[in-house]
Amino acid sequence: MPKQVILGAHFPGVNNTTVWSDPRSGSHIEFESFRRFAQTAERGRFDFLFLAEGLALREQRGHIHDLDVVGRPDTLPVLAALAGVTEHLGLVGTINATFNEPYELARQFATLDLLSQGRAGWNVVTSSDAFTGRNFRRGGYLPREHRYARAESQVTANRHLWDSWDQDAVVADRESGQFRTGRDGDFAYTSHFFDIHGTFNTPRPTQGHPVIFQAGDSDDGREFAARTADAIFTGHGSGDDGRAFYRDIKGRLARYGRDPEDLKILPAATFIVGSTDEEARRISDTVRRQQVSGQTAQLILERIWNRDLSGFDPDGPLPDIEPESHPGALVQGRVQHVKDPAAEVARLRQLAADKNLSLREVAIEISARQNFVGSPETIADTLIESVETGVSDGYILVPHITPGGLDDFVDHVVPILTQRGALRSEYAAGSTLRDNLALGGARSATAWEAGSAAGLAELAGHELAGHDLAGHDVTERRASA
Amino acid sequence: MSSSLPPTHLAIALDGTGWHPGSWLQPHSRAAEVFSGAYWTDLAREAERGLIDFVTIEDSLTVQGASPLDPTPVPGQGRLRGRLDASLLASFAATRTEHIGLVPTITTTHTEPFHVSKNLATLDHVSNGRAGWRVQVSGRPGEAEHFGRRTIPGSFDPNSSPEEKSARVGELFDEATEVVEVVRQLWDSWEHDAEIRDAATGRFIDRDKLHYVDFEGDFFSVRGPSITPRPPQGQPVVTSLGHATVPYELAARGADVLFVTPHDDADADWILAEVRDAEARVRTAETPLLVFADLEVVLDTPGSSGAERLAALGEAAGDEFASDALIFTGSAPELAALIGRWRGRGYAGFRLRPAEHAVDLPAITSELVPLLQEAGVFRTAYDQPTLRDRLGLPVATNRYATAS
Ligand SMILES: Cc1cc2nc3c(=O)[nH]c(=O)nc-3n(C[C@H](O)[C@H](O)[C@H](O)COP(=O)(O)O)c2cc1C
Repeated sequence: MPKQVILGAHFPGVNNTTVWSDPRSGSHIEFESFRRFAQTAERGRFDFLFLAEGLALREQRGHIHDLDVVGRPDTLPVLAALAGVTEHLGLVGTINATFNEPYELARQFATLDLLSQGRAGWNVVTSSDAFTGRNFRRGGYLPREHRYARAESQVTANRHLWDSWDQDAVVADRESGQFRTGRDGDFAYTSHFFDIHGTFNTPRPTQGHPVIFQAGDSDDGREFAARTADAIFTGHGSGDDGRAFYRDIKGRLARYGRDPEDLKILPAATFIVGSTDEEARRISDTVRRQQVSGQTAQLILERIWNRDLSGFDPDGPLPDIEPESHPGALVQGRVQHVKDPAAEVARLRQLAADKNLSLREVAIEISARQNFVGSPETIADTLIESVETGVSDGYILVPHITPGGLDDFVDHVVPILTQRGALRSEYAAGSTLRDNLALGGARSATAWEAGSAAGLAELAGHELAGHDLAGHDVTERRASA
Repeated sequence: MSSSLPPTHLAIALDGTGWHPGSWLQPHSRAAEVFSGAYWTDLAREAERGLIDFVTIEDSLTVQGASPLDPTPVPGQGRLRGRLDASLLASFAATRTEHIGLVPTITTTHTEPFHVSKNLATLDHVSNGRAGWRVQVSGRPGEAEHFGRRTIPGSFDPNSSPEEKSARVGELFDEATEVVEVVRQLWDSWEHDAEIRDAATGRFIDRDKLHYVDFEGDFFSVRGPSITPRPPQGQPVVTSLGHATVPYELAARGADVLFVTPHDDADADWILAEVRDAEARVRTAETPLLVFADLEVVLDTPGSSGAERLAALGEAAGDEFASDALIFTGSAPELAALIGRWRGRGYAGFRLRPAEHAVDLPAITSELVPLLQEAGVFRTAYDQPTLRDRLGLPVATNRYATAS
């Protein structure tokens, strides 16, 4: 019996993945699209549906970006609505840790978990850029090095709030006239970021704590995941790169008193299903060109060059100018993945020379890689092998068509995964998202804090012994723990 | 009942197991299910069976207090305590109902207007145009401590001087007015036809139809545009509850519907006059506020009269029922008569607060509604798809829309 493959379905957001010009592409706003997508994922016995989030419309060259899908509904109301039309599917929403407050978030996630009977998940992301901050009362206020400290504190505060009601507190016992027995919602939590106390007014979530995801690739981000998260959403999805990431993350867990199974690694993955491998490759080539028009290619490379490249011919060679190493305001509201622009540009020039690629073709190479391309058998086998060989614990699939893009996978690949014993043939009765991901029960907020404190003490010891973690990071974390 | 007036509107205010604190102790209360989706779905469907215009869903950022009049949390376990987030409940219920309007309560005091705006826009998207908002301020120090970002001295604290109180209340409502304004601007920040999917130029949207609201107020600033496209109604229906001039003015500035709490005919006239005064002073919208009277409802049942039921509920709760609104006890025909009278005095609708959801809500849908229908003052079918249309509100024009 092979390892179980965890499957998430990513309702495509505002990246150039979605081929909106395809006649099969429907609305990405109307609820009907979300219903159809979620019910397809549930028909495929997926573990969860996943939504990304961005709290400001992206800009490039000082204009709202207009080439990709723009706009999306609010994450939590959509997930609550989906809870009403699905029964088993996990509902995982990306919610920013910076521009929200624990009391409100803890209520919303507890509500989602209770309405869905244990299917809520929270992908904790960070943002502090002043650009996004301008949409909020407090403005853009958090320096980069505080983001994960606040994120950790945010999650910890939420956990304390969820813990403030006993799991079985609500009994509505008419005989005794007691509405509620047990803990009565009292909480107090103080950190560098929050000083809050009072009485929480929403019952403990069905799962105890909703499943916590993390996305973010820096050392701080990985450490935050190791201390705090149940799952990671990552871009490291294949081969040696995936395996290295997987080993790195799983290796960080012991320090916090956690086992490798306590944190699931789930890369984003795109896919093209064909009747044969050959057909799938043909479709893939077409889709990749649809995903990256000439204009899109310029914009994609601008995010690396940090310079306006509109004057360069997409079908010509790579720009012969050097990148700006300190990103300015050219690109706003996007995750910056490129840490060292000069090195990246050198790599791209090599790639272009080796394969004789135009500007656009280079952009296609780097941005529109399809993770799984092939016949249903090929895809199923590759997926199973990736999970067996420690690339990931499963995948979060991002189709290029909304909302029908999951159909091929569910109709053709899922039956093979099931047949091979890598995917459930039905949902276990009454199972929660936590159950489906084999995460075990929720640990209390104080248990998380203790694990984190022990790990931090050890980290500090490592640092004294000459390890390469920056001192301010450790102090920062100590302050927040 | 005269029929030269427009038909009346009916809303049901949903809260816990009903508005009477003793309601959860009654045999059919379903109190143990009050934190489940099924319970709220059933309530919304029952209201929909009665062709009710909309339901409001109460919420707050603290546990329930001794009474709706005094929401200060009380120690002790004898009261229903706890709530689900009203806006998410509304989105959940939207997928399990077809017609009824869904109006969650969201505070303006501790929330981010940007979040509130996209939350309600999304409720409107998932319900195909049935969303509303009950605007609420939060003046309790305890709620501020849940957030730890600001201190709110007890504006409802009986010990503070009248001047102190009114200054604090004034500030909370001024802030709320700003929140409503910027939420509305964000709803307008996308023109409805901004999505063009123009394959020839490769553009998904026409960015000239998206607008930075660049709101700068006394309390905060917000840049925009929203991340969520314009909701189907353009502007979801904004409602608020008021008992005095300051909240009347909040409603007159920003709301479509105001709930008020007259206790008798004289009150009904006097309150309405005050509201119209406030409108004359501050309202810029062309359409007048729709004013609804709130009524606590304890109806006669075959087994016992409303008055007897009220007494029994009071006994269960161990307290007399204190309410800001008139507590109506009596038969459905008597309630229909009251509705007829106040409708004649200028009330556009009524928000009924069932004392016990399990008893009074079905009594409203099965007894009151047919009486009003027979009298020709209430609809016999849902024939308007959106909540705005149903309430007779004009099509929401977009302040940014270019005449092209
Ligand atoms: C795979 C992946 C997905 C992400 N998705 C989102 C998202 O949907 N919304 C968001 O605001 N940030 C998202 N982020 C951004 C991260 O939360 C974080 O802010 C960013 O990666 C910078 O942190 P880092 O330096 O640790 O990578 C994502 C990051 C990664 C790696």
